[in-house]
Formats: sequence, C-alpha cells, structure tokens
Amino acid sequence: MQVQLIRRKKNLIARFRGELDHHTSEIFRKTVDKELAKNDQVQNLILNMANLTFMDSSGIGAILGRYKQVKARGGRVIICGLKTHNKKILEIGGLLKIIPVCSDESKAIASLD
Amino acid sequence: MNYMMLEVPARSENESFVRVVIAAFAARLDPTLEELNEVKTAVSEAVTNSILHAYEDDRGVIKINAFLNDRQLTIEIYDTGKGIEDIAKAREPLFTSKPELERSGMGFTIMENFMDEVKIESIPGKGTAIKMSKSFGRAVKNNH
Ligand SMILES: Nc1ncnc2c1ncn2[C@@H]1O[C@H](COP(=O)(O)OP(=O)(O)OP(=O)(O)O)[C@@H](O)[C@H]1O
Ligand SMILES: [Mg+2]
Repeated sequence: MQVQLIRRKKNLIARFRGELDHHTSEIFRKTVDKELAKNDQVQNLILNMANLTFMDSSGIGAILGRYKQVKARGGRVIICGLKTHNKKILEIGGLLKIIPVCSDESKAIASLD
Repeated sequence: MNYMMLEVPARSENESFVRVVIAAFAARLDPTLEELNEVKTAVSEAVTNSILHAYEDDRGVIKINAFLNDRQLTIEIYDTGKGIEDIAKAREPLFTSKPELERSGMGFTIMENFMDEVKIESIPGKGTAIKMSKSFGRAVKNNH
C-alpha cells in the first residue's frame, strides 16, 4: 500500500493506494504522524479512499488513532471516495458516527472552509 | 468436496498472500465481489490475530485449511500460540488485549458479521483454531 500526502494550507490530504491491513497500516501511521509532528499549521485530515482496494479491522484502529490526534489539535477528519466494502468496515467499527464522509476531495476541502 | 491446505510462517507480509489464495479458492463458487471481500476480510482478521496475539510477532506457523461443499465454503485457521483464556470475552465487540497497538477489538465481530458461522476453539498455552463457514449464491440471497 502507498499513502500519498498532499498539503493544502491547513488541510492534509492522504491518498491511499492498495490494501490497508495489519502489515501496511504502519505505513499510514508513520507517514501521517511524521507530517503532523512536522507541521503545526496542519489542522485537518482528509482521507481519500477512492483507490483503497481492501480494509480490515487494522484500518479501524489506525484511522481512530489519527482521528484522536487531529481532534486533539482542534482539527477535523473527513473521509472521501468510500467504497462499499470499506464503508462496511468503518460502519462496524463505529467510525461513521464520528467522521463525516464526502464523495470526493474537492467536496471535502469545500466543507472544511 | 474440494479442499486446500496452506501453511505459512506467522509474518505480516503473508496476510495478503493468504487472502488472495482463499479468494482464488472461493472463486469457484462464483461469489459476488462483495461476498469475496467479506471472506477475505474474515480470513485477514483470523490470520492477523494469530500473528499479533498468538505469537506476538515472534516466530510461529499458521495453517489454513479450506473446504468447498456444494455452495458452502469452510475455512479453518490454526495456530499453536498462546491461546485464549476467555473466549466469550474475546468475542465481545471492542475487547482488545492490545489497545496500545491501536487495535480496535473488532476482529471477531467482523468475522461474525461477514461469515454465516464462526467457531473458536482454544487452549491456553497450546493454541487456537478458528472455524468459519459461508454459503454463496441463491440460497444466501433469498435469506436477505
Ligand atoms: N489467535 C489468537 N491467539 C490468542 N489470542 C487471541 C487470538 N485471537 C484473538 N485473541 C484475543 O482476542 C481478543 C479479541 O480479538 P479481536 O480480533 O476481536 O480484536 P483485536 O485483535 O484485539 O483488535 P482488532 O482485530 O480490531 O484489530 C484479542 O485482543 C486477543 O486478546
Ligand atoms: Mg483482531
């Protein structure tokens, strides 16, 4: 799995490509945490899952962990490009009750402005 | 009846490999993409648990047997790791013995959601067996 990071002012966009499981969740954690630690200006996190082809419970824990950090610095998390399967996993994990979902990145950015 | 057997070292890079093998095996029942994703996830949960909890990232072997019988797929996942003391507790949503590793305690809940039946057999100090099954096709869809 790859995680591409794009910073747009206060917003950090993480674009997933591949499969998010126990083995690959470490990549997601490290990439995002490094950027959050480095950049105080970053407030919000947008998770683009349009090219995320698989997720299991490891994704729930990893996303919740980033959510807590972003919330602690007063920011918001938004998920976009959610596929049916990934949606099921996040729903079971209770994440859709706390994290809003948008259809695509530009809508996510607009909703943060 | 058709069957397959697989044995892999308990290393996290094998999680995706086992998912792909099981998906290829299950493909003979002509499952929908959604059903296939559910099976892959359930397998991923059990294999990850063996790596993370049974062997605690130390050396070990995971055995995976799968059977096709009519429209039904049965998968068995065995480890010889530390075992589960309290199976009822382990099954509870949100219960995890490793919150420090950002585990959510939803693995068994996901297996139960995605498979028709999930059995857990475990002996502390000896190991754990997860046996789960799912039927595909018309019979299942009529039930929904
Ligand atoms: N194969 C196993 N060997 C030993 N203990 C296990 C095994 N599988 C599960 N457990 C125990 O059962 C608990 C619950 O498992 P479950 O998969 O539901 O949650 P988790 O693995 O802790 O978190 P998540 O799966 O959401 O990342 C684990 O925390 C662990 O204590
Ligand atoms: Mg688990």
